[in-house]
Amino acid sequence: MRDWLNTALRRLPVWPFYWLGALPAAWYFWNGLQGRLGADPVKALEHEYGLIALQFLIAALCVTPLREIAGINLLRFRRMLGLMAFSYACLHLAVWLGLDRQFDWPRIVADLTKRPYIILGMAAFLMLVPLAWTSRDAALRRMGPVAWRRLHRLAYPATALAAIHFVWLVKAWPPEPLLYAAGVAALLGWRALRGRRRRARRPALG
Amino acid sequence: MGSRKDHQRRETAMHVREKPKFGESEITPKSAWLDRRSLMRGAAGLAAVGLLPATARRASAARYSTDAPPTAYEYVTTYNNFYEFGTGKSDPAKHAGQLTTSPWSVVIDGMVARPGTYALEDLVGPRTVEERIYRLRCVEGWSMVIPWLGVPLAGVLKRAEPAPGAKYVAFETLVRPAEMPGQSGIFQVLDWPYVEGLRLDEAMHPLTILATGLYGEPLPNQNGAPVRLVVPWKYGYKSIKSIVRITLTEKQPPTTWNIQNPREYGFYSNVNPEVDHPRWSQATERVIGGSLLSPQRDTEMFNGYAGEVAGLYAGMDLRKFH
Repeated sequence: MRDWLNTALRRLPVWPFYWLGALPAAWYFWNGLQGRLGADPVKALEHEYGLIALQFLIAALCVTPLREIAGINLLRFRRMLGLMAFSYACLHLAVWLGLDRQFDWPRIVADLTKRPYIILGMAAFLMLVPLAWTSRDAALRRMGPVAWRRLHRLAYPATALAAIHFVWLVKAWPPEPLLYAAGVAALLGWRALRGRRRRARRPALG
Repeated sequence: MGSRKDHQRRETAMHVREKPKFGESEITPKSAWLDRRSLMRGAAGLAAVGLLPATARRASAARYSTDAPPTAYEYVTTYNNFYEFGTGKSDPAKHAGQLTTSPWSVVIDGMVARPGTYALEDLVGPRTVEERIYRLRCVEGWSMVIPWLGVPLAGVLKRAEPAPGAKYVAFETLVRPAEMPGQSGIFQVLDWPYVEGLRLDEAMHPLTILATGLYGEPLPNQNGAPVRLVVPWKYGYKSIKSIVRITLTEKQPPTTWNIQNPREYGFYSNVNPEVDHPRWSQATERVIGGSLLSPQRDTEMFNGYAGEVAGLYAGMDLRKFH
């Protein structure tokens, strides 16, 4: 069953998923223009794009544990997942700048210096920029796998900050952002434990 | 969905049947709200048939009402913060239908000469209900304009005869986990009951009303049926819903959001564009019902009611007493 799945996954082309991944963006924007995003469309669009970005980040973080725990290999799709996350983060930021803050630069600067949750969100976004920038095979070859992998560990703090950004912007403690934060904590915790186990196994390699 | 509509319609019918003297034109039909002129015609009609007290009430109501166009009924009744039914904006509309709102009574106690349990009909005489079109500003940065039906809270409090030492009024929402899903389960977002409070002079201010309806209909459950507070110059969470107790006190009563996060939510919670919420600016507001490209509205001091209420806070540091 697992082998069958992995074979099927190997045969699956990646490029259609970029188009599939772009569909929700277009869908929400179109509905927004048609007045179908409800009472507070700017907030709804901003929220959806941000949430989808976080979901793609989490999906990208699931690739390694899925391979190691379940033996399912989605490595070929990870770049797509990461780039989709970055794209939705760009859209989320664009909606915030253009439709929410309406390019009111003094207020944008004030938000970016005074509001911790906005600072966190922006920090998460900035961490994704070099990852998207070095996403092509050529960049991997140029940097070498060790440096490339080290740089791309930025995905961990970026996802953590994105999850905290979500928890921090809501009133009180509603369940949804807490569940996302718990998921991210589990994925990062699994990696931390795995790293410790490996170091314990191979002390000479440090 | 359909059954809730029916239920609502039934309630409306009951409302009218039980109160036959409540002239039909006294409550403006929903459609008329879209056209201010027909409202004026309605008022003129009342005057013509000699319903002078009603006209007088209408005039007093008009004095306090805004000319801003009311937010669509659909949004007023589907975009709600009523955490007793869940934290999502659409949760109240989804889950509040099951709430039993009749019979309903309100306990008035504490520092009053005539404490007691009052049936809602005795507390808010249907014949004294006025229309008030108020701005509503949510602390989250959005706003609506809502045509309420209600009575000034002052009259209700006066009937209970506040004692000379009473300085504050505390309010309490119903606790009924069987019908309020937000009050049961693992995620308890707030402490129940939801409690709110006003200074007595704020409570007695003519803008402060106990609302029992909106858009000419009985309050939909998700909007705080059967009776809620409306204090238009304060952030929305001060306007406590589904009230079961009103207590006059000497000391400032605890308030739910202040308990939840004292740094972010003060007792006064007056709308103030100059005092930011610690996590976001309060300078502007998104007008509900707008499009993706609608400009935001500059938030006004006391939500535009400074002329009426600024005097209540003369000499107070509104940054400290936020």
